[in-house]
Amino acid sequence: MFFGIEWDTSSQWAFAISIFPILLHGLVVTLQATVVGFFIALALGLVLAALKSAPTRIIRWPAKLVTEFIRDTPLLIQLFFLFYVLPEFGLTLPAFLTGALALGVQYSAYTSEVYRAGLEAVAKGQREAARALNLASSRTFTHIILPQAIPRIIPALGNYLVSIMKDVPVLSVVTVLEMLGVAKIIGDRTGGYLIPLSMVGGLYLVMTLIASFGVRYLDTHLPKRGLSLK
Amino acid sequence: MNDATNTRDPIIKFDKVVKRFGDHVVLDELDFEVQRGEKVTIIGPSGSGKSTVLRILMTLEEINDGVVYVGGEPLWHQRKGDSLAPASEQHLRQMRSQLGMVFQQFNLFPHMTVLRNLTEAPVQVLGVSKAEARKRGMELLEMVGLTDQANKYPHQLSGGQQQRVGIARALAMRPKVMLFDEPTSALDPELVGEVLNVIRSLADEHDLTMLLVTHEMHFARQVSDRICFFDQGRIKEQGKPEEIFTAPKEERTRAFLKAVLDPDD
Repeated sequence: MFFGIEWDTSSQWAFAISIFPILLHGLVVTLQATVVGFFIALALGLVLAALKSAPTRIIRWPAKLVTEFIRDTPLLIQLFFLFYVLPEFGLTLPAFLTGALALGVQYSAYTSEVYRAGLEAVAKGQREAARALNLASSRTFTHIILPQAIPRIIPALGNYLVSIMKDVPVLSVVTVLEMLGVAKIIGDRTGGYLIPLSMVGGLYLVMTLIASFGVRYLDTHLPKRGLSLK
Repeated sequence: MNDATNTRDPIIKFDKVVKRFGDHVVLDELDFEVQRGEKVTIIGPSGSGKSTVLRILMTLEEINDGVVYVGGEPLWHQRKGDSLAPASEQHLRQMRSQLGMVFQQFNLFPHMTVLRNLTEAPVQVLGVSKAEARKRGMELLEMVGLTDQANKYPHQLSGGQQQRVGIARALAMRPKVMLFDEPTSALDPELVGEVLNVIRSLADEHDLTMLLVTHEMHFARQVSDRICFFDQGRIKEQGKPEEIFTAPKEERTRAFLKAVLDPDD
């Protein structure tokens, strides 16, 4: 029994069907961690991108160093630091939050690059034309640069959303009961790992295919020349 | 400053202006003046600093030394007592409002309709009402012959049409000086004429000062009050179009004109 749901070991099919609702509990946690981690990555990445394009080197360099550090160390180490080291300094976060934070921090390094690349890809002549017309720099950013950068940025961010989802199982090592963690417990208790783990793999395949389709749809349907302003 | 002195002063004045890109000297202590209402064409080999003059005036390119004056006021500097200090962004904004620029690559805003391209800056910068800006925008589109394209996006237009929108967009800000940076160089040959016709009609306006960088020599000869031949960051020779095109004094000018006018020889 898990999450108050009994499993049926009378046959393999019955077993699979009976543990499906249990795995769905884990799936919900997986999706929650994905979404929370993604939003942390979006926000933190924006901060990093802004710092990395700051006019002074004193701000730029630390931000670049942090990005590089995050990218070049494994997610698991960052997760262990947040989960085991922070409590030594008196800061204890719930396992789920720790996990989502680790994902968010890890992926902020990537989203910050997506933002930067997206903004830089807007033709230089656009900034020059805006300057020649005396548009304020804030207006230039919000109405000239951003509308042209967003259609490039969104599909790239979507790809990282899929990556985050596939990294959520790492959180099982710090006791977060996401889908893989749930499947492992079912295996531990029943002695049968094949079916729960296969089902997790299958569910992941379905989610990833749906998400990838969504990203591809965005990629082809977002206006190439920018979000139009009439 | 009263209007009488205003009209006598050159509207544009370069005073020993130096511009370097790394070790490469683009403008070498350039002295250059344009009078109010004058139509001046800059010609010369590529890399001679022609476009840089326009880009410095549009504040797209900073200068390394010297002083640039627009309407008697330093462009890249501010008067502080008797000395000059680097210009603030506020000063640059104020100075920039006197100038309009037409780019080689048009640089229209691709996500905005043609009309929105013409109204965005007047509404945001000049504080004109949307209705007023649209009205003026349509008048300008009529002037460049594109009223039926108002609600299209730039990519739906030909290159020549896009550049005509580019000219209208710059005019919408009511500049005193129009800068044309090789406005027809990116166009297919059959589309050059329609753009030149629009520029030609502007040249008839007495108050408007025009500074043009182009390789269209016959056109330059027709519309310009003065031709300046640039070579290695300086004005090598300047004068009325007839003088420059029929009797250039400098060997460099002769060689350049021969190369561009009879490229097959």
